[in-house]
Amino acid sequence: MSQAGSTEPAGRQEGRVELELRGITKRFPGVIANEAVDLVVTSGEVHGLLGENGAGKSTLMNVLYGLYRADEGEIIVDGTPLQLDDPGDAIDAGIGMVHQHFMLVPVFTVAENIVLGVEHTRGLGRLDRARASKEVAELAERSGLPVDPDALVEDLPVGIQQRVEILKALYRDARLLILDEPTAVLTPQEADDLFDAIRAFTAEGRSVVFISHKLREHRVIADRISVLRRGRIVGTADPREASEQDLANLMVGRPVELTVSKTPAQPTDSVLQVQGLRVDDAVGSPVVQDVDLEIRRGEIVAVAGVEGNGQTPLVAALTGLREIADGTVTVAGREVMGATRKQILREGTGHVPEDRSKDGLVADFSVAENLILNLWDAEPYARRGTLQFAAINEHARELVGAYDIRTPSVSTPAGSLSGGNQQKLVVAREFDRPIDLLVASQPTRGVDVGSIEYIHSQLVAKRDAGTAVLLVSSELDEVLALADRVAVMYHGRLVGPFDMPISKEAVGRMMAGADPADVLGSPTATPASTDDPATTNGSSPGAPA
Amino acid sequence: MSQNTLAPAAQRRRERRFGLFSLLVLAVMLGVFASSTRGAQATFILNDARGQLFELPDLILPVVPTVIVLSALVAGIAARQFTRGFGSRAVVIVGVVALLFVIAFLTWAAAGGQLSVVGLLRGSLARATPIAFGAMAGVLCERAGVINIAIEGQFLAGAFTAAVVSSIAGNPWVGLFGGISAGVLVAFMLAGLSIKFQADQIVVGVVLIVFATGVTSFLNTQVLSGNPQLNSPTRFASIAVPVLSEIPLIGPVLFRQSLLVFGMIAAVIVLQYGLFQTRWGLRLRSVGEPPKAADTVGIHVLATRYKAVLLGGVLAGIGGSWWTLDAVGQFSREMTGGRGFIALAAMLVGRYSPVGAFGAALIFGFSDQLATSLQLLRVPVPSDLLLTAPYLVTIVVVAGLIGRLRVPAADGKPYVKQ
Repeated sequence: MSQAGSTEPAGRQEGRVELELRGITKRFPGVIANEAVDLVVTSGEVHGLLGENGAGKSTLMNVLYGLYRADEGEIIVDGTPLQLDDPGDAIDAGIGMVHQHFMLVPVFTVAENIVLGVEHTRGLGRLDRARASKEVAELAERSGLPVDPDALVEDLPVGIQQRVEILKALYRDARLLILDEPTAVLTPQEADDLFDAIRAFTAEGRSVVFISHKLREHRVIADRISVLRRGRIVGTADPREASEQDLANLMVGRPVELTVSKTPAQPTDSVLQVQGLRVDDAVGSPVVQDVDLEIRRGEIVAVAGVEGNGQTPLVAALTGLREIADGTVTVAGREVMGATRKQILREGTGHVPEDRSKDGLVADFSVAENLILNLWDAEPYARRGTLQFAAINEHARELVGAYDIRTPSVSTPAGSLSGGNQQKLVVAREFDRPIDLLVASQPTRGVDVGSIEYIHSQLVAKRDAGTAVLLVSSELDEVLALADRVAVMYHGRLVGPFDMPISKEAVGRMMAGADPADVLGSPTATPASTDDPATTNGSSPGAPA
Repeated sequence: MSQNTLAPAAQRRRERRFGLFSLLVLAVMLGVFASSTRGAQATFILNDARGQLFELPDLILPVVPTVIVLSALVAGIAARQFTRGFGSRAVVIVGVVALLFVIAFLTWAAAGGQLSVVGLLRGSLARATPIAFGAMAGVLCERAGVINIAIEGQFLAGAFTAAVVSSIAGNPWVGLFGGISAGVLVAFMLAGLSIKFQADQIVVGVVLIVFATGVTSFLNTQVLSGNPQLNSPTRFASIAVPVLSEIPLIGPVLFRQSLLVFGMIAAVIVLQYGLFQTRWGLRLRSVGEPPKAADTVGIHVLATRYKAVLLGGVLAGIGGSWWTLDAVGQFSREMTGGRGFIALAAMLVGRYSPVGAFGAALIFGFSDQLATSLQLLRVPVPSDLLLTAPYLVTIVVVAGLIGRLRVPAADGKPYVKQ
């Protein structure tokens, strides 16, 4: 704690910062999000904040950034206790934050976004756009985060938008940068670039709080890791000493199975056949094009890719939710085009949508009602136009037991369950009927580790029962753990699928648009994937040499 | 900020749609206007009764040949719309077709009679004035994320208060201040209910319209009808710019107008500059997009929204004062006749920009004035039908037939802070 600081406003010292949180408690109605949290971040440090979804990481940082007011506790920067009423106060104290969901104005340019709130003007309040562009370009250059200052933010890929967010904090001269789940939207290579930028930033004595639920990333970038569980700090670890297993156990509070156990796939006959698929957006530009894909019974084909590369419209087209502009899709010989959504579901497609609260459940309906959303007018749940609640509730009780859905009762509204249990509910509904094809989109997003383990094991079980499984996930670890074959989606086009094993680095490079021929020509390529990737049908996937 | 990057297939579909529109226009022109028996010649008077530098000859057009020439032009355009298309100029061409149609319509309407072009255009600009003020009020509010459908209420309150205050003070400037105060008062209710109490902004808007209509009608019957001295406001005099106002045709239309018309044009320029070139505008627009971005850089979202809505109240109050301090000179019950809704339409058609809203207001002012002019010519078209033109244009724009309408992303969504 520097006493010299008292001679300067706010105890500020060039480049250096000491942050201390003391006994921070934040309550929301009915929930304690943070309880008596103590945290110290020293100068030049990357402090990892690890915890599951809902552990209170983001809440804690929103308190530090002045977005939430703490109910109890103190925030001390460079020895001075701070009263943070709004983000303006935090910015003045040298704190910058890059939120998980970007805080950018999509219709403004990069420069406008960066200078918003601290604009330079000339006479008559006129914005000095030339100066803003010049300063932003210089700052971007200096920080190793190149951007075009005059591009509209909405036209930029998410990876670049994140740079804009970081530059926004740097432009305000942040000495402590909070990064909330920054790698969620990045390819592995982009994440490495981000890590380089973080190291350059901390090399000047400034600090970073790095929030993530990904263990591996903490081990790569953090100097010290604090683990948050149910709103409390449950331990601090040194990434050089703690293993991923240690961290996982600390994060979850019990021993955790980190790998998925599965036997090699035994694929049989073909179920899903996609040829030359094209899907257009509202103004007629293709968002998915030239997609060919085949999935057989008894295998999991995973589609990797950074979000927004066409995975969502692909899944929507396969499940009949979106118009197919060109090409054919058949499931077990049945055309998807022209079939109603109900026919598609009833005839054997299961769908776990990526956004469970929007597309997976009706939050106000009970658990039992949600469990028959796809069978609502079928016997025995409905008879002569009337719902049969005895049968519905009986069915629900069975599934709640079989799929380990933690709910007070089957008549509880689905929206009041935790994220993990909501997801298990969706999984139970889609898995518990005979299906030919299962389309699972981001099946473990926002789900606690225990539920992830469970959902993964269920996916493998479904595969072994002879279902063709299409897994779409932006979590590369999940893709590599579950897939028998891996395809990569980039700018609406699909490359692969390639047989496992395939290196993480190779998939990562293809996620960034690298040509598979280049990637797989390198020593990381597997011998099994030397066939023409578009016609892997002839090879024997899932049976690694 | 044009983003007309349509895929070729969608572009062709759009051109074909425009082509169908041209054919429809053509059918009306040939079927109705060209087969007219109303008279052989149409006379357009281009001179103003007041002094001008020199006289212009009256424009006398043979009706049927004129309509046929115009129809041939439309037919040519339609042919190209169905074949090669006009590419990036497709939307402009639709405007050209509409313009040709209007000329043909006027020729037909004036057949066997006389139509004063100066009067028509001058009246159009005057009638566009309150619509443009109202539309700018809407632009300010909605750019900041607050839906303001209560413009009609602000108009009525402004018109009433301006009339009473100007009558008492005997001075239109004091009356204008009164009108502005009334507009701001309604805006304050809108702001308080929708920003602070987070009420549904559509419901609040409807309530305020009903409230303003009720209160002004009540006071009109109870107070004004018994005290005519309270309802005889001093009006703004017409201003003639020296020399410029004596240019034939242009002069009387653009340079001999009332103060409020000039004020409106100044407001359009200032607001366009302010919204898109200044710090104030950048911040105002940032709170109308998802406002968390603004909040996280220390901009006070709620205060910014309050100020925008109140300034909108100033503009709408001036717009309302137009009726009693400029056009009519007396308040009467529901005298604004739904122009507040037309102003909303102008805001949408103008795509939330002051200059665009001004352009739309001119079109709507024109159809408004035309309805009056045609009655004098005894044209067999009900004037009420003409008054629906703004709504038809609005439907076309909102339905996205001419490019996508971009609404501020947080429009109508209250901002709640934990």
